[in-house]
Amino acid sequence: MSIIYFLIGCSILLALVFLGAFFWAQKHGQHDDLYTPSVRILLDDEPQEELKMMKVSF
Amino acid sequence: MATHTLTPTTCYHCGDDCTTQQYTFDNKDFCCAGCRGVYQVLSQSGLCNYYTYNDHPGANRARLDKRFEYLDEPGVVSDLIDYTDSTMTVVTLYIPYIHCSSCIWLLEQLHRINPAIYYSRIDFLKRQLNLRFKNEEISLREVVELLFDIGYEPLISLQDIVKKQSTGKKDNLVKKIAVAGFCFGNVMLLSFPEYFGLSATEENFRQVFGWLNILFSLPMVLYSGTGYFTSAWHNLRNKVLNIDFPLALGIAVLFLRTVIEILTHSGPGFADTLCGLVFFLLVGKFVQQKTYYHISFERDYRSFFPVAVQVIDEEGKEKPVPLSDLKVGQRIRIRHNEIIPADAILLKGEALIDFSFVTGESLPVSKTLGEVVYAGGRQTSEALELEVIKPVSQSYLTQLWNNEAFTRKQDNRMKSFNERVSKHFTIVLLIIAIGSFLFWLPTDWHRGLSALTAVLIVACPCALALSTPFTLSAALSVFDKNLFYLKNTTVVEQLARINTIVLDKTGTITTGGNKAVNIHAELTTLEKQAIYSLCNNSSHPLSRQICQALGSYPLLSLQNYVEVAGKGLSAFVNGHHIKIGSASYLSQNYIHFGPGTEVHIMIDEVYTGAFQFKQSLRTGLENIFSLKPQIKFYLLSGDQDHEREAMARFFDHDGYMHFGKSPQQKLDFIKSLQLADRKVMMIGDGLNDSGALKQSDLGVAITDDVNNFSPGSDAILDGRSLNKLPAFFRFAKDAVGIIHISFFISLTYNLIGLSYAVTGALSPLIAAILMPLSTATIISFTSIATHVAAKKRNLL
Repeated sequence: MSIIYFLIGCSILLALVFLGAFFWAQKHGQHDDLYTPSVRILLDDEPQEELKMMKVSF
Repeated sequence: MATHTLTPTTCYHCGDDCTTQQYTFDNKDFCCAGCRGVYQVLSQSGLCNYYTYNDHPGANRARLDKRFEYLDEPGVVSDLIDYTDSTMTVVTLYIPYIHCSSCIWLLEQLHRINPAIYYSRIDFLKRQLNLRFKNEEISLREVVELLFDIGYEPLISLQDIVKKQSTGKKDNLVKKIAVAGFCFGNVMLLSFPEYFGLSATEENFRQVFGWLNILFSLPMVLYSGTGYFTSAWHNLRNKVLNIDFPLALGIAVLFLRTVIEILTHSGPGFADTLCGLVFFLLVGKFVQQKTYYHISFERDYRSFFPVAVQVIDEEGKEKPVPLSDLKVGQRIRIRHNEIIPADAILLKGEALIDFSFVTGESLPVSKTLGEVVYAGGRQTSEALELEVIKPVSQSYLTQLWNNEAFTRKQDNRMKSFNERVSKHFTIVLLIIAIGSFLFWLPTDWHRGLSALTAVLIVACPCALALSTPFTLSAALSVFDKNLFYLKNTTVVEQLARINTIVLDKTGTITTGGNKAVNIHAELTTLEKQAIYSLCNNSSHPLSRQICQALGSYPLLSLQNYVEVAGKGLSAFVNGHHIKIGSASYLSQNYIHFGPGTEVHIMIDEVYTGAFQFKQSLRTGLENIFSLKPQIKFYLLSGDQDHEREAMARFFDHDGYMHFGKSPQQKLDFIKSLQLADRKVMMIGDGLNDSGALKQSDLGVAITDDVNNFSPGSDAILDGRSLNKLPAFFRFAKDAVGIIHISFFISLTYNLIGLSYAVTGALSPLIAAILMPLSTATIISFTSIATHVAAKKRNLL
């Protein structure tokens, strides 16, 4: 059963890694703006030609 | 002669109605040269995809000015930018016109218009644009002008400069929650074996788990929970008992008892209760912060003042000077649509100044040479030359703003239910705790001590602390959806207690922009057509309204078109001399048609009549007076009383209507009502009300464009939602009722816990179940109940 000490150590270490990753993301401003990226991802680099045509013709 | 038939078209850029067909490009119609210009810039850079993400994504560009010389001043620039070195500059600009996904796309493609700007990122909710550019190739002024050219003029005001210095107060709540969550999770896991029971052979685990629990509790107390200790300490020093005191006491007792029990092998301690408590409390705080994060509007008068002003030196040259460096005796030039930053004497130019910020009077006032022009007015006519007679800090408006009502701490006047109850709660809690200790002391001091600590633990008002923020945050977001933006949660409670409403007139009861036009003239269709064609050439708001009132006609060609700024228009149409404008412009006998602004008409030197502009009442105004028996209404206007009769049907008698009040008198009036023990809500607009807004128990700024205006008020109400005010009142009362009920629920849980605790036989298991259970009940009850209440009041 002594293995449990090792396992607890492992689990805490893993949790600490995640905590560290969270702090890193926080420090680099990844949680500053939670809205704009969700819009940005929908913007294509170049919208399809048909879409453009549609707008011009209407 | 070119006559067009006008079919109603909308501007391809901004979506406004096109009143003329002068502005076309690429077979597209535009309402003004500004909008067409933006389209041209975009199409040249191949950025027309902008228009594919939304219909008419642009902002109207008809009435903006281009004055950015001050951005060449190193003193101004260094205050504005975030960072600079020899190659690049980083700047964050506030752009109020950001409103849709097309804006995000365009503003993040700036590098395609000018490669020197190589990084641009938008924060949509804050409406901020973060830019990095090569400062050798482009200056800040050029960047701002580029943004202006594409229709996104940044709002650069004194606020941006002053605000910089006051930042730096940043609590790392998210970090605290992360640490708390981390510890809470681990402690829960390590406490499981304790609850399930360990066999005798596994006794040594108990010690290890215990030690680990202490280890994990340490960051909770020393890092995540420190806020409660400092707050409790501060309040104690100020002789205030608030809810933080029992919370801090609970945390401290939980921690001490856990440590002692584990060290003395007398029990498992309450590490998981401790961690859960701190974690939930912080989450509650976070929810509260998050709800009103995006409606922070600490903007004050500074956000209306420009950063710099054009000063004329001895040689007659203009030079931009930062506002703070403006000195008495300097000569300044104020152009069309600029704000006069300090009290000054008019030296040159035709002054027609809109003092609606200061007095509430919406009609521009004309000033003669040599007269003193007070700060805060907006010049609506040609450029002026003025000599400064008072420094900026001493001018009339700043005097008002420096009134004690502004400097006073907001917190003092708002005593929430939570604060009042928690004081009694704390006292009762301490009495029970000490009572049970004294009860057990003669027989079993050990038991007495554990009863004392157990009472403090179980009665720790976690649910109590959460009920208010959760209810009010939910209420806040309901208000938010209905275009009523509250500054913080205490405003909701304040709203429920209001018994007197004071209304400003101009801009509040009446809307400045949409005035009804009465035509007091016999006009033939041809004459109407001629006037329409004449007015179509002017961008003056009254001309535009005349066009709207007349309907649409084919345009006639004009000869000798003359527009005298602030006076009127004249031209020859089909050989007839048409002249319209103010009475003084016509220089002839005229007829006065009663209250309101008048635009007189003269055709071939014969007086024909006038257009009369009546201020129209805001829609839904009748609705708010349905609150009447319970709530008293007062009218408080800076205007003269030429609309007294129109108002009389809303206000019971003349004693409730006060006209011609200066900002200071408004403030004093509110004060006198408060002295008569009234809870006053002031609804107003314009800076002239800001003193009264601050002084009142609840100041509501009403506006038609939320981005445009936000003085130091407690709430901003969009004009469209004025009719919902009674519903807002009832809902606020509901919300306070919900808080009361949730307090009751939480107290019931506390009583159940206490009945165990006073016997001194509180097991960690009961504490661990009771605490999260009460929290969960409170959170779900408050959110469901607020939702139901909002539905009932038709606010969802």
